[in-house]
Amino acid sequence: MTRVVETGAAAKAAAPVSHQPRRLRRWRRERIVGLLFLLPALVYVLAFYVYPIAFNFLMSLEKYTLKTFVTGEAPFIGLDNFKRLVNNPEFWPAVTNTVWFTVGSLFFQFTLGLLIALFYQHKFPLNSILRALILVPWLAPVLVSGAIWVRLFDQDTGVINFAIHSLGYQGQISWLTDPHLSLISVLIANIWIGIPFNMVILYGGLQAIPRVLYEAASIDGASAWQGFRYITWPLLRPVSTVVLLLGLVYTLKVFDVIMSITRGGPANTSQTLNTWAYSLGFTNGFDFGLGAAAGDILLVVVFAFGMLYLRYAYRENRETAS
Amino acid sequence: MRVNRLTAIGAVVLLVAACSSSGTTPTPAGTPTTGTPTTGTPTPGTPTATPVPSVAAATTVTEWDYQNVDPQTKQWQTVLDECTASTGITIKRQSFPRDELINKVILAAQQKQLPNVLMIDNPDLQQIADTGALAPLTDYGVDLTGLYQNLIDAGTYKGKVYGIAPGINGMALFYNKDMFTAAGVKPPTTWAEVTAAAKALTKSGVYGMAFSAPATEEGSWQFEPWLWGAGGDLSKLDSPQAVQALQFWTDLVNSGSASKSVVQWTQADVESQFEAGKTAMEQNGVWNLSTLEKSKINFGIVPIPQPNGGAAPGPMGGEVATIPVNSDAATSAAAGKVVNCLLSDKEMAEWATLQAYIPSRQTVAAQAATADPNMASFVTAAAAERSRTGPPANLGPNYSKVSQPLWTAIQAALSGAKSPQDALTAAQQAAAAALAGS
Repeated sequence: MTRVVETGAAAKAAAPVSHQPRRLRRWRRERIVGLLFLLPALVYVLAFYVYPIAFNFLMSLEKYTLKTFVTGEAPFIGLDNFKRLVNNPEFWPAVTNTVWFTVGSLFFQFTLGLLIALFYQHKFPLNSILRALILVPWLAPVLVSGAIWVRLFDQDTGVINFAIHSLGYQGQISWLTDPHLSLISVLIANIWIGIPFNMVILYGGLQAIPRVLYEAASIDGASAWQGFRYITWPLLRPVSTVVLLLGLVYTLKVFDVIMSITRGGPANTSQTLNTWAYSLGFTNGFDFGLGAAAGDILLVVVFAFGMLYLRYAYRENRETAS
Repeated sequence: MRVNRLTAIGAVVLLVAACSSSGTTPTPAGTPTTGTPTTGTPTPGTPTATPVPSVAAATTVTEWDYQNVDPQTKQWQTVLDECTASTGITIKRQSFPRDELINKVILAAQQKQLPNVLMIDNPDLQQIADTGALAPLTDYGVDLTGLYQNLIDAGTYKGKVYGIAPGINGMALFYNKDMFTAAGVKPPTTWAEVTAAAKALTKSGVYGMAFSAPATEEGSWQFEPWLWGAGGDLSKLDSPQAVQALQFWTDLVNSGSASKSVVQWTQADVESQFEAGKTAMEQNGVWNLSTLEKSKINFGIVPIPQPNGGAAPGPMGGEVATIPVNSDAATSAAAGKVVNCLLSDKEMAEWATLQAYIPSRQTVAAQAATADPNMASFVTAAAAERSRTGPPANLGPNYSKVSQPLWTAIQAALSGAKSPQDALTAAQQAAAAALAGS
């Protein structure tokens, strides 16, 4: 009831200028209702996204150490953490590793995922059961997969070396302890984990391509390759772009795969920016400011590609809408 | 309308409350606390019914440790139960995995939710004392007489003792007597003999030597006896002596006498290799005695040697009991009583026997040595052990800033990424930079 009095007063004040007090009142009310509906989402985003990111950024400008947690003192030191980060001899190797890890993962996950998706386009017995089984790497907890990969890669007792031995190679491959191989080993594991995701989405994309196009093409005498090159590939492009952009963001933030298999070792040779940021904060003298700075760099990159994805998705939506 | 607004506000309040409370509630440990308090102990529900002596109010204290795997979990619980029985104070225990405990401590410190008694690894003590989160043990009348000096060194920060371990530990070389006899090899007493023995004992499926060099504190800890034995020191990681020590380890791996997997193995992994007969010799800690003595392995123990003979000084290991600062005086007093009980001769001996640790008080240690000849060699070595944070490098709270570059260098050399010299030069630079930044 009080509300009516309130708005009534507001309407009275507006009356001399407005000829449509009723409509104005309704507009205002709708706007407030709209804002209220928006509020939960807004609070959620502020509390769980904006606040932590802003806090992380602030941390990267501070001398934030173990002591800070007890005393609450975190002196502002400007861009000092970033300078120390870039001057750290482990910085560029971590960046290079991140790039190789990401590019390698995307390339092989996509290619193999697409090949498998194409394979499952054919009708054959047990197709759907096998397709479900392919999902296992994606469904299994990463830490479990990681622990299994550690066993598989073991140089003395691992299945992989055993298989290579039985093929006739007599040397011992130190998958996890050779500084030249450690990154490749975690890469292999990550590709294996990522294939199902690529496969499922690309399979969906393939299913959406009308069969009649292929029939028409084959009547015109197109080969299987031409069918793929001129029908599948262009029509799959929107789905491919989404898969690659999402895959990029997923891969940049990969942490558990590396932590569970090599912990970034030996001697930081499989360290990516992500795992390195963690080690700076939690294992290397508790320099949380420095770790936050490394995290910031990654965040900016992920954010940029995230925006790219959103822009792309928006454009696609408009195109389909019109 | 009004209802809508109210629910929206209510939702916000709930959300905020949820945020803040989720931060303060300590998550229970993965390992449940075993064993309920023994008979005659007070339970939190009925404090008045029990004959608690002079303690004004507090009959319950909280305790955190990282003894989260059996048999240690049960053994430590036994000691805590005995202290509950003798002090009348209920101890609410939580154990976390070792790597996780320090993170829990950091968060709890921020929320002012630290436990009343906190058991931490001794090289971490200085760092945590440096934050001001701990109270000096002497405020609670902890008896320091007769303790090993290196233990007091490790627990002393700026002239005050903040943490004392009921039991300390150290490392030695464990060797498989049967394998040594079969190969006609004598237990090594110099570095050259270690190399020769490891080489002679390596055959298909069996390595001559095993140690642990992961990218954690464990890697530095295992390397330190060799570093110090060669005459090197943590204050200069690229000294010729340090290079000599790392070269020695690297040669063991490169010659195939030790597995390349040592850069991944934890000490527990090394122990399983030894117990499975996959390695003839292992560098490991005294705590393995409790399982080895029950196993079928016919083993012997020799000290980790200096290059030309004589036992090398090793780092002192062990978890120290600390009392975090707490505004509630009664609870702190109760925590003091519990710590005093943990450090009493009786509990010290109990813990040492259960867990195969060296009792921290020299008189108690001497008794343990007479009881178990295997323990005797560790007790002899204990007096020469060094605190990692103490002299001669006196790194104090900065120990981890040197330890981390050191374990990275060890990994680089053992994996072949760098030569021992290059790896240690880089480590010294990294350590100097980290120390300058502090």
